[in-house]
Amino acid sequence: MKSASDATMMLRTPFHSRVAAACELNAWGTWKGYTTPTAYTDVELEYFAIRSTAGVFDLSPMNKYRITGPDAEAYLNRLVTRDVSKIRAGRVGYTVWCNDAGQVMDDGTIFHLGENDYRVCAFARATDWLHWSALGFDVEVVDESDEVAALAVQGPTSCAALLAMGLVGLEQLKPFGLTMFPFEGGTLMVSRTGFTGDLGYELWIAADKAELLWDRLFEAGRPHLIKPFGSDALDMARIEAGFLQAGVDFVPAESAVRSGRSRSPYELGLGWLVDMDKPVFNGRKALLREQARGSRYRFAMLDVDGNKPASHSFILSGGKKVGTVTSAAWCPTAKTNVAFAQLEMPHGDVGQELVAEIYYQRELQWTRVMAPCRVIGAPVFNPPRRRAVPPGAF
Amino acid sequence: MKKYDAIVIGAGHNGLTNAAYLAKSGLDVAVLERNPYIGGATVSRELHRGWTYSNCSYVCSLLRPEIARDLELPRHGLQVVPYGGGVTFMRNGDYYGNYYDHNRQYREMARHSKRDANAYERYTTDVMKQTRLIRPYLLRRPPDPTSLKPRDLRDLLGFARSFMEMGEEGLADTLRFWTKSVGDYLNEYFETDAIKAHLGGTGVIGTALGVYSPGTAYVLLHHYMGDVDGNVGSWGFARGGMGAVAAALEKSFRAFGGEVICDADVDRIIVRHGKVRGVALKNGDEYLADIVVSNLDPRRTFLDVMDEGDLSAELLHRARNFKIRGSSGKLNIALDGLPSFHGLDKSSPLMVGDMHFTDSLERLERAYDDWKDGTWSKDPYVDMLIPTQTDPTMAPPGKHMMTVFVQYAPPKINGGEWTDADKAGFEKSVIDQIAAHSPDFRDLILHCETRTPREIEAETGLTEGNIFQGELTFDQLLFNRPFPGYSQYRGPVRGMYMCGSGTHPGGGVMAAPGANAAREILRDLRRPDVVPGGYADD
Amino acid sequence: MTDKLDVILIGAGHNGLVCANYLAKAGRKVLVLEAGDSPGGAAASREFAPGYSVSSCAQWLYQLHSGVSRDLDLERHGLQWAARELPSLLLDTRGRHLSLLGSRIDGEGVSDGDREAWRAFHARTGKYVKLLARVFESRPPNLVEAGLVDRLNLLKMGLGLKLLGRDDMSELMRIILTNMYDLAEEYFDNPQLKSLLGFDSVLGSRMGPRTPNTVFTYLYRRLGEAYGYNGVAQVKGGMGALAQALAASARARGVELRLGARVTSIDMFNGRAGGVSLASGEQFRAAVVVSGADPVTTYGTLVGLRNMETGMARRVSQIRCAGAAAKLHLALNAAPRFTGLDESQLGQRLVIAPDLNYLERAFNAVKYDEYSAAPALDISVPTINDPGGAPAGCHVLSAIVQFAPYEPAGGWEGPSTAAGATHREHFTRLILDKIAEYAPGIRDQVVACQLLTPQDIERDYGMRGGHWHHAEMSLDQVLMMRPFPGATQYGSGLDGLYLCGAGAHPGGGVMGLAGRNAAREIIRRGARA
Repeated sequence: MKSASDATMMLRTPFHSRVAAACELNAWGTWKGYTTPTAYTDVELEYFAIRSTAGVFDLSPMNKYRITGPDAEAYLNRLVTRDVSKIRAGRVGYTVWCNDAGQVMDDGTIFHLGENDYRVCAFARATDWLHWSALGFDVEVVDESDEVAALAVQGPTSCAALLAMGLVGLEQLKPFGLTMFPFEGGTLMVSRTGFTGDLGYELWIAADKAELLWDRLFEAGRPHLIKPFGSDALDMARIEAGFLQAGVDFVPAESAVRSGRSRSPYELGLGWLVDMDKPVFNGRKALLREQARGSRYRFAMLDVDGNKPASHSFILSGGKKVGTVTSAAWCPTAKTNVAFAQLEMPHGDVGQELVAEIYYQRELQWTRVMAPCRVIGAPVFNPPRRRAVPPGAF
Repeated sequence: MKKYDAIVIGAGHNGLTNAAYLAKSGLDVAVLERNPYIGGATVSRELHRGWTYSNCSYVCSLLRPEIARDLELPRHGLQVVPYGGGVTFMRNGDYYGNYYDHNRQYREMARHSKRDANAYERYTTDVMKQTRLIRPYLLRRPPDPTSLKPRDLRDLLGFARSFMEMGEEGLADTLRFWTKSVGDYLNEYFETDAIKAHLGGTGVIGTALGVYSPGTAYVLLHHYMGDVDGNVGSWGFARGGMGAVAAALEKSFRAFGGEVICDADVDRIIVRHGKVRGVALKNGDEYLADIVVSNLDPRRTFLDVMDEGDLSAELLHRARNFKIRGSSGKLNIALDGLPSFHGLDKSSPLMVGDMHFTDSLERLERAYDDWKDGTWSKDPYVDMLIPTQTDPTMAPPGKHMMTVFVQYAPPKINGGEWTDADKAGFEKSVIDQIAAHSPDFRDLILHCETRTPREIEAETGLTEGNIFQGELTFDQLLFNRPFPGYSQYRGPVRGMYMCGSGTHPGGGVMAAPGANAAREILRDLRRPDVVPGGYADD
Repeated sequence: MTDKLDVILIGAGHNGLVCANYLAKAGRKVLVLEAGDSPGGAAASREFAPGYSVSSCAQWLYQLHSGVSRDLDLERHGLQWAARELPSLLLDTRGRHLSLLGSRIDGEGVSDGDREAWRAFHARTGKYVKLLARVFESRPPNLVEAGLVDRLNLLKMGLGLKLLGRDDMSELMRIILTNMYDLAEEYFDNPQLKSLLGFDSVLGSRMGPRTPNTVFTYLYRRLGEAYGYNGVAQVKGGMGALAQALAASARARGVELRLGARVTSIDMFNGRAGGVSLASGEQFRAAVVVSGADPVTTYGTLVGLRNMETGMARRVSQIRCAGAAAKLHLALNAAPRFTGLDESQLGQRLVIAPDLNYLERAFNAVKYDEYSAAPALDISVPTINDPGGAPAGCHVLSAIVQFAPYEPAGGWEGPSTAAGATHREHFTRLILDKIAEYAPGIRDQVVACQLLTPQDIERDYGMRGGHWHHAEMSLDQVLMMRPFPGATQYGSGLDGLYLCGAGAHPGGGVMGLAGRNAAREIIRRGARA
């Protein structure tokens, strides 16, 4: 039994010794109580490592749940909006899950590891909900967040770096595929997934082999200009790639105190993840009703004029407030000023012209900009190398 | 003889708040206090040389920030310091700790159960939903549902609207929350006994109900709806003891020209021709005023200081049957040093907060069974704090003051009065429980003041020693507090008002009843409203 | 077989039979499937010893809705009364009993003050009972997504409240959530009267007289007054005879009733209930399925928690349905002799619950999964009014016993604190000891004895937890919260599935309103094959 006061309660990921050594800026934040770097050397340069060479991100604090047992597939199918039977063994699926009211609790990935064996990777903690969901199913739900360490290796040279580490045949792995390699008497799982919209992989390993993995990776990756990156650079990359983040772009449904603050998959632009052919899944009845009655909001990606990030801006149409910005960034690769917005229906058709009311500050002087912007239909960054098999030489 | 505009009976925090607002509006106001000192149950006393005891109320969270700011209490010396921590010691030598920080709290809970740690996030969300519903009504008078007056109808409509916004299931969940027992409510979230006990204790503090009694989930709210500087649900100490709250209120009142008269034991409210004329003291003195406000509990107000002939039979029946139900006692202890507790380091931040030794709902409920049987709990539930870890003013350096709130202690023992032997038995059951978890505790005791309901009543005038001036059960809440038809602070005769915790929104050092009553009085006098409304909770 | 069924109804309990009857009357083709060999569910008569039979679960009839009896023409279908308007007697060991029937109160120790107070109390609470009775005659209203029917019902409720007058209305709002202990203390002096009120308020519940909520359960108990009852009544032939009348009436309407047909699952088709499967392997399809089974069985066992959304499964698993009452049946070789009771009084409702604190202490035990060392009892000697249930000259004593846990530590057959005795034996002995304090010599008259614990009741009547009301009648589980939020107005929250049992509004008791209201709702929603 661990005592709570025997530690400082500052949690460290299994990579901490290596992360700390690399974190030259000494810029730390916390993620779920874990000490994690916001930046290692320079946010801009870290971002460009993702886009031009290979960046490494420690995502160990992510919540990982192992689902096993004869009903594992049926269980997951009832839990999430997607049809899990279509995620074959060796594949990974991105999905959302809702409460009964059809409101999104979180998004995440499902790893089909083998027969009746899955891992759910989630941003928000989900133990309670996963256990309630297990009523009536023959499954076992285990929180393995602390036992599994994970690194994201993202960018054009990521495949080359990993091949140099000896992961033979990795170039054949398709996007959203996963494969296993022996590693120091254990198993290294590699999935072709990520949160940057680029060619990239995620490595999953038992916590006790984490430091060794880091060392091997950086040793093999040096010629491929591999570099660690922190949460600030990741945020730029994910906005450029059009990825939502729980707690930022939507409020996880069961933590919303005020009524009307949560969102459905349709309202987050994730309706494509909802499979109404499944007879029962969480939120189905409410989502059918929403289909019939119409949604309240629409998620929109905006291309904002000028170079001032539209963080926390009001979005106006005809001088009237019709929405707010949840995430925004100047995207250096796409050279676009992107914002994610929650718009009231019926706004948000692709091509609609709107205005972002942006406030920014230079040397304590605040300036307001009414920046024209328009709704765009696809993320501004989506290179072919992200999908190519084999990914090719950079 | 001098005639005042208004007289307030009782210098408790609500009486002083009420008086301060009346004085602020320009009235000539006197507060009459039976004791030689002010504060009522919001009091600090030096009962052992060098030690300051908050010997009745002992923590401060509910005090409405709107009132503290408006009456300039900080300028008048009040400083409220939040504390973190909290711990329930378990029989198996482990403990469950309560941390201020969310992630730290999660880790500690996960040490006992990962599922509970995660469920706590949902629990917090759900309790906050209920808290948000009730908070806007703290600084308002409760609407009367039997009334057809526009003001009541408008208030009721507003109330209905906030309900409707919750949606059909949200509304049903709200009704369930109001009618459920805290035990059943917690069972819907948690699996770990110690966690349930730690959270459940607040559902019964100050009430003569058990954790399995329906309605106690709501009492939980009374301990969550306060805040210290906007951190909803957090708690603090008044620097210098709870008497600092009363002292600041008094200074504020005096700054508005008010007068506090101590050693003034009111015998009765003088009523002539259906109108209040003033009060008469036990020593024969009379003080005249057309407005008399009682900060006493409803039973004392109607059965002690009012004349039976001035009251209807119905009202007398109500007053006699108003549920007061003494249920708690208190030990105030001067310590030679900081005691150590099994399994916990003395430097642990957990010790700074509330400490308990009851590690299951069953033990909590069995403690209540003793109360029902007419005796004190043999295995009591205590809410124990050592404020001198946060506030250096209450004991000499290196020494400590410990306050132990004890549940349950009945107003009478098997139908008879408390005897000194009973009191000793009560004290022993508490000391034994603490000592079972703290090897050096007994040796550190320099002085111990033990207060059964008998002593609490004798000092503060709270009937049966009930800290809320009456049970917080649904039949005595909102428009039913203290009685149906009298919930809007007006008494049965013209010029007579109530401002104590026996009125809406009830007990705790909140000062809201006093302020709300002042608003109604000023309204009747057609004077401008100087009482602040609540901050918007958006 | 039966093609084109409109409705499959699971369980021929009284609510199921009433519901089927109304549906058939409206032209629906209804098949009722009953697991047992006789209709009635908890309204049953069984032989518990050779030659001795008894109403084995519910024993008195006191709130069967008058409209339902009339619509179903139960007397024409064989319902006969053995006795009506029976008073309740609160027994005293010295024979100084208190008798209560409606507003009439008799007993040696009753003061004029109490007599007057009782009359006033009875009249005032009688008004509340009437108001509640009206609320219970329609579906529980939605408040937010209120349709026209809901608005009308709410209006009627509001009007009913206002019509009480200001005093009675505010008194109702004051007391409705409170406990009987305090209310009785507030109104009366006589300990027997207070105790009898306390007993009526906790009968069949997992509550003590001090439990807030018991004023509501007390008013609920008195509902029958609005439906033409005064005191309790006894059905000739026992409750099984009532079941036979209900079944005969349903058959006469064209309802098909199959006995010995145990439904093992409610079958879902694309998220909609559309049929059932039997233990025999047979399957049936229908436009809608109606369940008279308790909610935990309906959702948990028959539908399966995996076939609904997580939030609903969580709600189902949180329904509180642990029973707290046991039933004792004694076969006696002669009429029992209770101190101070004559033969005519022996046929009345006999209550053992000396005072409120006794009752409260009896309740304490069940909170910790223990049985009461000194239990409270609701006794009937049905063979006084209806000699057919026992051999000539012999008698049956049937008693509801409170409080008994669903399962004590180690199980009912596990060892108790009494040397050599199982919990079952020990509890039986405690009950007999208690009865013997009032009827000395009863032990020598006992020929056979049967104790039904909540666990036995669960097994025999298919009620999860062994709770008569299918789910605790607590204020967080009534009205639109019965059986849980989201499954209200007899719709289960699952398409094609309806609820018509005691687990739905208004709740338990042989009243028939859950069945009738459900039928009306199903007809309103227009389900047909």
